[in-house]
Amino acid sequence: MTASPPALELISIDKRFGSVHANRAINLRVAAGSVHGIVGENGAGKSTLMSIVYGFYEADSGEIRIKGNPVRIRSSQDAINHGIGMVHQHFMLVETLSVLDNVMLGAEGGALLAAGQARARAAMADLGTRYGLAVDADAIVGDLTVGLQQRVEIIKALYRGADILILDEPTAVLTPPEADQLFELTKVLKAQGKTVILITHKLREIMHATDTVSVMRRGEMVATLETARTSPPEIAEAMVGRRVLLKVEKKPATPGRVLLEVKNLTVRDGMGVMRLDHASFSIRAGEIVGVAGVSGNGQSELLEAIAGMRAATGDIRVDGEAVNLSRPDPAALRARRLFHVPEDRHRCGIVLPFAASESGILGHHTDALYQRGPLIDHGAITRDQSAKMQAYDVRPPLPDLRSSKFSGGNQQKIVLAREMEHDPLVLLIGQPTRGVDIGAIEFIHKRIIAMRDAGAAILLVSVELEEIMSLSDRIIAICGGRITGERRCDATNEQELGLLMAGITSQGASAAGAAVVPS
Amino acid sequence: MSAPLELPRWADVALVPALTVLTALAVSGLVVLAIGENPLEVIALLLKGAVGSKAGWGYTLYYTTGFIFTGLAVAIAFQAGLFNIGGEGQATLGGLGVVLFCFSFDSLHPLLLVPLGVLGAAVAGAIWAAIPGYLQAKRGSHIVITTIMFNFIAATLMVYLLVNVMGRPGSMAPETRNIAPAAIIPPMNVVLGWLGIAFPRTPFNLSFVLALLCAVGVWILVWHTRLGYEIRVVGASVPAAVYAGISPTRVIIITMAISGGLAGLLAVNEIMGVQHRMVLEFSAGAGFVGIAVALMGRAHPAGVVLAAFLFGVLYQGGTELAFDKPSITRDMIVVIQGFVILFAGALEFAFKRPLARLFRAQEA
Repeated sequence: MTASPPALELISIDKRFGSVHANRAINLRVAAGSVHGIVGENGAGKSTLMSIVYGFYEADSGEIRIKGNPVRIRSSQDAINHGIGMVHQHFMLVETLSVLDNVMLGAEGGALLAAGQARARAAMADLGTRYGLAVDADAIVGDLTVGLQQRVEIIKALYRGADILILDEPTAVLTPPEADQLFELTKVLKAQGKTVILITHKLREIMHATDTVSVMRRGEMVATLETARTSPPEIAEAMVGRRVLLKVEKKPATPGRVLLEVKNLTVRDGMGVMRLDHASFSIRAGEIVGVAGVSGNGQSELLEAIAGMRAATGDIRVDGEAVNLSRPDPAALRARRLFHVPEDRHRCGIVLPFAASESGILGHHTDALYQRGPLIDHGAITRDQSAKMQAYDVRPPLPDLRSSKFSGGNQQKIVLAREMEHDPLVLLIGQPTRGVDIGAIEFIHKRIIAMRDAGAAILLVSVELEEIMSLSDRIIAICGGRITGERRCDATNEQELGLLMAGITSQGASAAGAAVVPS
Repeated sequence: MSAPLELPRWADVALVPALTVLTALAVSGLVVLAIGENPLEVIALLLKGAVGSKAGWGYTLYYTTGFIFTGLAVAIAFQAGLFNIGGEGQATLGGLGVVLFCFSFDSLHPLLLVPLGVLGAAVAGAIWAAIPGYLQAKRGSHIVITTIMFNFIAATLMVYLLVNVMGRPGSMAPETRNIAPAAIIPPMNVVLGWLGIAFPRTPFNLSFVLALLCAVGVWILVWHTRLGYEIRVVGASVPAAVYAGISPTRVIIITMAISGGLAGLLAVNEIMGVQHRMVLEFSAGAGFVGIAVALMGRAHPAGVVLAAFLFGVLYQGGTELAFDKPSITRDMIVVIQGFVILFAGALEFAFKRPLARLFRAQEA
């Protein structure tokens, strides 16, 4: 116990939304000058709790103390006045304005801009030297990389005098090197006496960056642990309430005949820029091939081209039969039992305003199973969805509920059930566990392995290198749209793949240069 | 975090529209007060004129019929995420289709000629709407712009045709000769007379039944067929449609054709049911009222029928009101209609947000 009062203390915070008890009697002490992680599955109440601290909601009961003094926070302005700053997962920046304008926005300090601008410019220079937060004040925010935009958000918070900085899922939008830079920054902030609250569901980040970690489950704070004295399995167990297998168990693959053959697949975007450059590989029955690469290096184009969602040149064969690439047709490919779990669930995988049962037939809506004469058989669709929800443990198991009302993990299960339960020959899977909580990840991984063991050829794309390594039998690395290498999973390691993902293919390159450079 | 705009279904489909109408009436009441009349008396007169007599009902339902057609046209386009402003032009072309088909098959039996006339209206309207649909789907020309422009083209084309090509021989009026008696859709006083029910002579005709059938048809199409599913997927998310192997191009063109076909059917009510010949501007703005009807009816066929009736009441009641109260001109009625459109279309969220809050507070 330190003698100084905690930077932030929550006492018995309670909040209900209708019948949902989002936060139950939450107690939390965040020591000044520490990095405090808050983890929990989707819907555990992390965001609600932080929204209460930042003044978006008011707690039904309970007390907030800052540096030992009870305070009332009724708006984000109150929170800012009390030295709390928040960086949201989705940035609150005006993309068409300059960095300087964004930093000043809402804190212009008078009707005339010149004085405020000079002050903000000076403050930015000071922050730049003190924390290593250098950003060009006159750059247009929309031109900056996502990592730099996040930096602008942090500068905004510090400019408003934040002592406590809340980072909400900060790495969700970052490449791994950008994430590393962010955690360098949190170290500097901590060294300068700032307090950082890190909300995440990635255990690696918790272990890497925090001093203390608090775990939430179903609206309750179930544990607060010292990071140095805990382990990922212990945190995961606290989050889920039971033991979780973080490592996927699988038998060695027994590959059969080639089901998917890709030769010289080339994709150009609307501007004529080559996004995928003569990619060639094949996948056999009962085999998972993972694609390792920093996001934006052609994986999305690879998936979409094979799935018939965009035009491409080259040669694709599904079970020996050539695919007509000049007239891409996802429906024809589905008829040949090539199914696709898309990377972007919300954009493509489900239709948010539709009932779950209707999202559950997307792309399969022409199946004979769902027709009754000229009409759609809603009874059959609902029964089918109900059965799938049981099999995939979708919660709540209500086929009539709007797709948007399910959590990310459950939405993903709806998509997986739809694509897996039609007996795929070839299954393309993009980001199977993005935004999915730990309990569901385990389930999804088991299903993918089960599909492989049932004889499907699976192409797996994920930004999580760990996921690629634990599921795949073979891994192809991709960089700048080109396949830079292919390795058997049991004959490679993270360092080697990191080099391949960075486009360094020569054996002579030293392992010390493993850091991946963002494109 | 819960979404702030979730309402119970009944509130979304019934309470919000009811509140918008009441607010529009209240604000209109203020305008009535401002010109020195008693709003309650005005409303009473309006209702009496619209539904206070059999003749009133006849006129009200005649207007309702037209608004159902144009309202459904806008509503089905909404389902595909398209804003079809071109109901007016599509209805005009529907009129051309009616007279072309009716004149071509003049001598057929009514049981053949009437369906042919209806088909003519639908086909002509469908083609006129499919062109902007094609331009949107293939060329990216915005449907709002192109359908508006097609209204003007349709109007000009009709003036040219009626003056120079199809005009009644020996007449200065821009109108065609009459369609054959066999092509006339019987008015309701005749139909009800067959059943032994006395009904005054009004423009209300059997097209009303066609309108109701179309509403049922749209409901089945949108929610119970594969095409309807595809239309709704395209309306909700084009990327999801592409993923699912649904061609947005195809769906947009087909939906616009159906939408235009429905708008074209307005000509069945007006020409085959009432005017019996093609005249200039027979659509009388019904194509635009259809936009308000679809907005107010939340793009659902049942809502469209109810909203069309509401606008029918406003039109008929307003006309009667203008007779009874000389200080209240037809322009006043347009003001009231304007308020309904404003509140139903533009200010929906003004009610949704506080209501959502109210419901949340109640639940807690």
